[in-house]
Amino acid sequence: MSAPEAGSLFDRVGSALSARAEGVLLPIGTTVLAFVVGGLAVLAAGHNPITAYNAIFKGTGLNYVLPWTSSTDKIFAAINLQQTLIETTPLILTALAVAFAFRGGMFNIGGQGQYFVGLICSLWVGLHFAGMSRPLHVFLAMLAAVVGGAVWGGIAGGLKAAVGAHEVISTIMLNWIAFYGGQYLFELGGPLQGSERSVPKSNPIAHSAQLPAIWGDLQPLHAGIFIALFALVVYWFILHRTTLGFEVKAVGFNPEAARYGGISVSGKYIAALAISGAFAGLAGSMDILGWEFSIATNDIQVSQIGFIGIAVALLGRGRPVGIALAALLFGGLQVGTSTRALDPTVFPPELAGNLATIIQGLIVLFVGAELLLVYAWRARRTRTTPPPRVSASLQEEAL
Amino acid sequence: MSAVAARLSARVPTGARAIGLIGVAFGFLAVWLALPPFEVRAQGAPVALAVIGLGCGAWALQGREWRAGGWAVGVAIVAVLIAAWAQGRSTTTLAAIVNAGLLASTLQYATPLGWAAIGGVISERAGVVNIGLEGMMLNGAFFGIWAAAWSGTWVVGLLVAIAAGAVLAAVHAIFTIHLRADQIVIGTAINFLALGVTGYMFIDVYGDQGTPANVSMVPQVSIPGIRSLPGVLGVFGSLNLMIWLLFAAIVLVHVVLFRTPIGLRIRSVGEHPRAADTVGISVYRTRYAAVILSGMLAALGGAYLSIGFVGSFDQNMTAGRGFIALAAMIFGKWRPYGAFGACLLFGFASGLADRLQQSADVSVNLLSTLPYVLTLIALVGLIGRSRPPAADGRPYVKE
Repeated sequence: MSAPEAGSLFDRVGSALSARAEGVLLPIGTTVLAFVVGGLAVLAAGHNPITAYNAIFKGTGLNYVLPWTSSTDKIFAAINLQQTLIETTPLILTALAVAFAFRGGMFNIGGQGQYFVGLICSLWVGLHFAGMSRPLHVFLAMLAAVVGGAVWGGIAGGLKAAVGAHEVISTIMLNWIAFYGGQYLFELGGPLQGSERSVPKSNPIAHSAQLPAIWGDLQPLHAGIFIALFALVVYWFILHRTTLGFEVKAVGFNPEAARYGGISVSGKYIAALAISGAFAGLAGSMDILGWEFSIATNDIQVSQIGFIGIAVALLGRGRPVGIALAALLFGGLQVGTSTRALDPTVFPPELAGNLATIIQGLIVLFVGAELLLVYAWRARRTRTTPPPRVSASLQEEAL
Repeated sequence: MSAVAARLSARVPTGARAIGLIGVAFGFLAVWLALPPFEVRAQGAPVALAVIGLGCGAWALQGREWRAGGWAVGVAIVAVLIAAWAQGRSTTTLAAIVNAGLLASTLQYATPLGWAAIGGVISERAGVVNIGLEGMMLNGAFFGIWAAAWSGTWVVGLLVAIAAGAVLAAVHAIFTIHLRADQIVIGTAINFLALGVTGYMFIDVYGDQGTPANVSMVPQVSIPGIRSLPGVLGVFGSLNLMIWLLFAAIVLVHVVLFRTPIGLRIRSVGEHPRAADTVGISVYRTRYAAVILSGMLAALGGAYLSIGFVGSFDQNMTAGRGFIALAAMIFGKWRPYGAFGACLLFGFASGLADRLQQSADVSVNLLSTLPYVLTLIALVGLIGRSRPPAADGRPYVKE
């Protein structure tokens, strides 16, 4: 990206170290700043930000790993931490859905819709084929989600490739179609409504389609977390070790140059959004096969997993480790602010849920600007002008 | 005289294009016949006409007249669908759906979109993509009803809504114009922030109660002479003040953009900022003004939603309307009249869905997908004919 810098070996090592440090320190600084500004909102509502954040932190269950947590507290912390990791699992995947498209120069806001479609496809497979062997049934249900999500994302890619429709608008429209279409499936009298005729909810999936539990008994952590972590490896592998990944990155960096170099740009648009959709679809299957087992219309109304994935991807700068950590942060924030985990006498969970949204917005805002600060800083150090194309540099630097 | 005749004949389409247009006419005729007040309940006549239209469309497509042919085929398919649906329905049911009330609700649904769409036109004509329209609408919707309830008058409500939209737009402007951050990322952050802030304040101020029932609403403008007119015209006798204001605003924006020096400056900044800068136009100042104005207009659309149309506020009540407005803007080729025309189309879809769910036994959720599906189809129908301002979405770097 940057031209070879003049100077001694010592200088060069120093600048490489500081570049590495920027990649760690800036996201942390961004997060801290967002929480500080969010704290002002807590203050404005007449609560003490420090006690509120402390209560939210306890709600995440992350105090489980602290050595000074007493063993009685650990019992509750474990239950909360299981929830946090359950939330982290799909967040990693919806973040990958954003990050992969971003590398192809596209902004996939459709993770939410792709998540719904994956969830519904997975549910359908889970409802049928009872009696199949468990590994096969789980695999088929996941495969259905991957295919469903890929199709939903691929539609947006196809529209961009064929008629140049901007993916932001088409993916938002596809989100709402999946949102209302999904509710139609489970509403009273809907095609997938379960046997309890007065409840807008599907039947539970067959036992053979459920992901195995690995920790806890109340609502245990399921094996999906490993699948999500594996997906991070797959993401890295596709991007950095395959021709497709190289071509997607080339298109994202400069579509004109990529076309000149003989890459089918429109084909890459479709492929990138389809792969993105596959990640988000897989996120849907993790939730349905891992812990939800059945879907009510209300579950669709309240789900925000796909949107939070945007903030996770940006904060994680599109790097696997960054995404995993950012997903843990936002997964914790979701659980810590939920009615189940947050002590309502300290801070009302209804407010806290919106506080989480504000913090996500602030993080996205600051991440968008942070890259410019980096460039301004570097430019001052090396006395060269910063690259003019901010969007290209954003893809390179952030994701 | 002969010159006039020559010009006229040059304008009259010939060949495949003419046949395509005839096909479109046949299609519309079929739609018209299939619906009240006609009593042709048999499918024969409309279907026959639609088939003729389809044939003409196919012929036109053969002759590489994509636009006319595509429209002819599209309209014919819609006509067949309507005819199939209308058959077997009683005339009274149909009349309850297709009547003057449909025009009224079309206008009601189109108005919030229209305000946001002309805001989008101004912003993008100046070269700044404003994905944050959705959030600015939501801000206007909440702060409009909040101020109207607090002050007791809708005038204050509108003014506060405008201010709320302007503040959010100013954030967008600072980050995208001065800091040159990615406009789409920042717009997404704006949407998150608005969702969180309005949700947070909504809970903090109103709790579980929701907004008060007797909020001061923007009044209907009642014109007795026109109201008593029969049929469709009578609708214009009783419209909300905000609808009339929108009509005025659309004309005003068109005149300012295309007939005044100010408009020329705005457009030059969006097409070629370097050239504009060279002749002494302040690119930054113009863009700031345009973005903030677009936020104000979008907020008015949101305020109409809460204190002109619905009379209450709910979390995320804009439900993607800002994005539909963006699609309308693209569909209308970045022009106020065209954008509003597209808004009417989407308003019609929403109005139709609304009336179908009242009169016919169709799932509300399924019908709710209609405006979003229509937006997608509209995007497909563009086929590369919609060209944004040349510098749209590109940050400007002063030399």
